[in-house]
This record gives sequence, C-alpha cells and structure tokens, in this order.
Amino acid sequence: MISAYRPGTSPIHRLAAGPKMAALAIAGTGLFFVTGLAGTALALAAAITLYFAAGLTLRDVWSVLRPLLIVMVLLVLAHAWLNGWAAAFAMGMRLGALVLLAGLVTLTTPSSAIMAAIETGLQPLSRFGVDVEKISLALSLALRFIPLIASVGAEVREAQRARGLDGSLVALAVPLLVRTLRMGEDIADAIDARGFGSTRR
Amino acid sequence: MNTKDIVFIALFAALTAALGVFPPFTLPVVGVPITAQSMGAMLAGSVLGAKRGSLAIALFLVLVAAGLPLLAGGRGGFAVFAGPGGGFLVSWILVAFVVGFLCERFWRNLGFFQALGINILGGILVLYPIGVAWISLTTGLSYFEAAAGSLGFIPGDLIKAAIAATVAVTVRKSYPLIEAPRRA
Repeated sequence: MISAYRPGTSPIHRLAAGPKMAALAIAGTGLFFVTGLAGTALALAAAITLYFAAGLTLRDVWSVLRPLLIVMVLLVLAHAWLNGWAAAFAMGMRLGALVLLAGLVTLTTPSSAIMAAIETGLQPLSRFGVDVEKISLALSLALRFIPLIASVGAEVREAQRARGLDGSLVALAVPLLVRTLRMGEDIADAIDARGFGSTRR
Repeated sequence: MNTKDIVFIALFAALTAALGVFPPFTLPVVGVPITAQSMGAMLAGSVLGAKRGSLAIALFLVLVAAGLPLLAGGRGGFAVFAGPGGGFLVSWILVAFVVGFLCERFWRNLGFFQALGINILGGILVLYPIGVAWISLTTGLSYFEAAAGSLGFIPGDLIKAAIAATVAVTVRKSYPLIEAPRRA
C-alpha cells in the first residue's frame, strides 16, 4: 500500500495539513462560482503553477489527471454537443483545476499527517461525546487489517478452488466475512485484555 | 461503542478496501467506474447495522481521502472526491446507514427478497439522486442529462444488490451480529 505522497521541502510541503485541507475546501467551493472561459483558464493555470511551486513537474500533473482523462474527454464532448464548445471547455478546465488542487494536497502531505489533522479537527466534537481516542484506534486498526483481510481472502479463494467453487463470489464472500467477524471478536478481546481506554473509566 | 464495535468498524473499512482489487469497468458517456467496492456499503450495513456500518464506510473514505490508493483501480486522495464520482462515494455512508437501519427493522424475518429490496432501496434509490446531483454540480450538465448518463450503471448495481443480499442472508444465519449487542 503506497501513498501518493512525494516528499519535499517547498512552502506547500511545509504548510500544515489542516490549513492546507481548509484552503482546498475554500478553493474548491470558490471554483464553483467561476464559469467563464477566462476565469477557468486562469484557475487551471494557477493550479499548475502551484505544482511547480511545490517542486513537482508536469509529469505529476499528468499522473493526477490521467485517471480522469477518458471521463473528461467524454464529458467535454457531451457538454459541447448539448451546450456549445465555450461552456464545454470552461467546464473541463474548471474540473481539471479542481482535481489538480485536490491532487496537490495529496501529493504534498503524508497520509499520516492528513489522518492526524482529521483527528485534531474532530477534537472539538469530544464535548458532544465523540471519543477521538477511539477514532485513532479505528484508523490504525483499519490500516493493519487491510493486508490481513487480503491474505484471508487469498486463503479462502484457494480453499474454494480446491472445492471447485472459485467462480462464485458468494462462496468467496461468505467465508471471508464469517472469518473476518470471528477474528474481530478475538482482536477485541486482545485489545481489552491490554487495558485500552481503561484510564478513562 | 465498545472495543468490539470499533474492531468491527475497522474490519469492514478494510474489507471494503479489499473489495477494490476486483478490476473496475468504466462506462462510456459519464464514466463513473463500476466496481465490486460499492457492495462494501451494502454489506457493512446489512451485517453491522446502521450505526457501525455507516461508520465503517466513513472510516474507509477517510483513509481514501488521506491519499491511500484503496479505491478500485488504485485511486485515492482528495481528487477522487472532487471528480464527478465523488457524490457516489460520499453517499455510500448513507447507503450503509439506510441498508443497516432497514435490516435492523426487518431482522427477525430477513430473507433473500427482503434483503434484496433493502439493498435496491439503499444502493440505488438513495445513492443515485445524490450521486447524480454531484455529477451535475461538478460538470455543469443538467440534472436530467447527468441522470441519463448514469442509467447504464443500474444493471450492474442490481447484480451487486443481489449478491450482497445473498451474502447478507447467509452471514445472518451463521454469524448474526445485529442482535448480538443486546445479548451482551
């Protein structure tokens, strides 16, 4: 599991994760009010300039846009057919700018920092009974469980292949779920036995 | 929320990530990819119930937003939420909640057809209006145009609702969890 993060020392890298995510939310909302060709072109150019400011290259710009490329081309064509070329290009550039800005945050912020920022952001909610310590536990458990479940899935698939059932999604999913749930009980007991959260009680 | 609930939430977040390894298939015109992953929301709701199920999907989406490539096709990061498919992703939380809520209500006699109906209600009738609204907002297509472009996904989602219903009913027999907290 490799995060998309690109280490670096640019001002954008050094900006804390929380403010960066807040800036993305504000910029993303602001972009919805930009509709003209000139405005969206400017937004797209600004987004690409930020990539250079972060020490990233056009290759990174491409890597962020590539997964969306087919969708974008089809959307622009559909839009041009329905509403004309000017609106289509404006929409395409606005969507491109939005996706690039979002990608920039991901490329310049380690996943752990984003998760920590989300935990910090939830802190004020602890007054309303949200237990941030439990959220951190859930986040770190989920990270550990992904490779675990993948390996259980591979085991189940082999067992079902031996029975000639490897073509059936149901025959794979049911044992995988039941084993996952049974594993959950044991893990919960193990965590409780080590006194997680006992300082609170 | 005891430790067991947290572990189950984390397990289903991870399970939804694991469902992403099935290769996605992108439909033309609107191009939101079809994946086995959206079954994760239906399964989380029908196995864990409304509260734990929706929290599991929310946790999964936090990991995706943090930049981990957990979505089908190895995608992740804020960009996927900003793209046209973002509305569908966030709506999975609501899908898990609605499916979970209804499964709790009809738990005593939850057979295949009840589960199928619940999955179709949550996984299609709740999901699409929100997902389509987001496509329309991000792309400037009208709501009707975006809806027309999304219609092609419904057959795939019907198949996924049927698979999820079968799995949910079988798991309910062998490992009922929704009523378990009341015993403890």
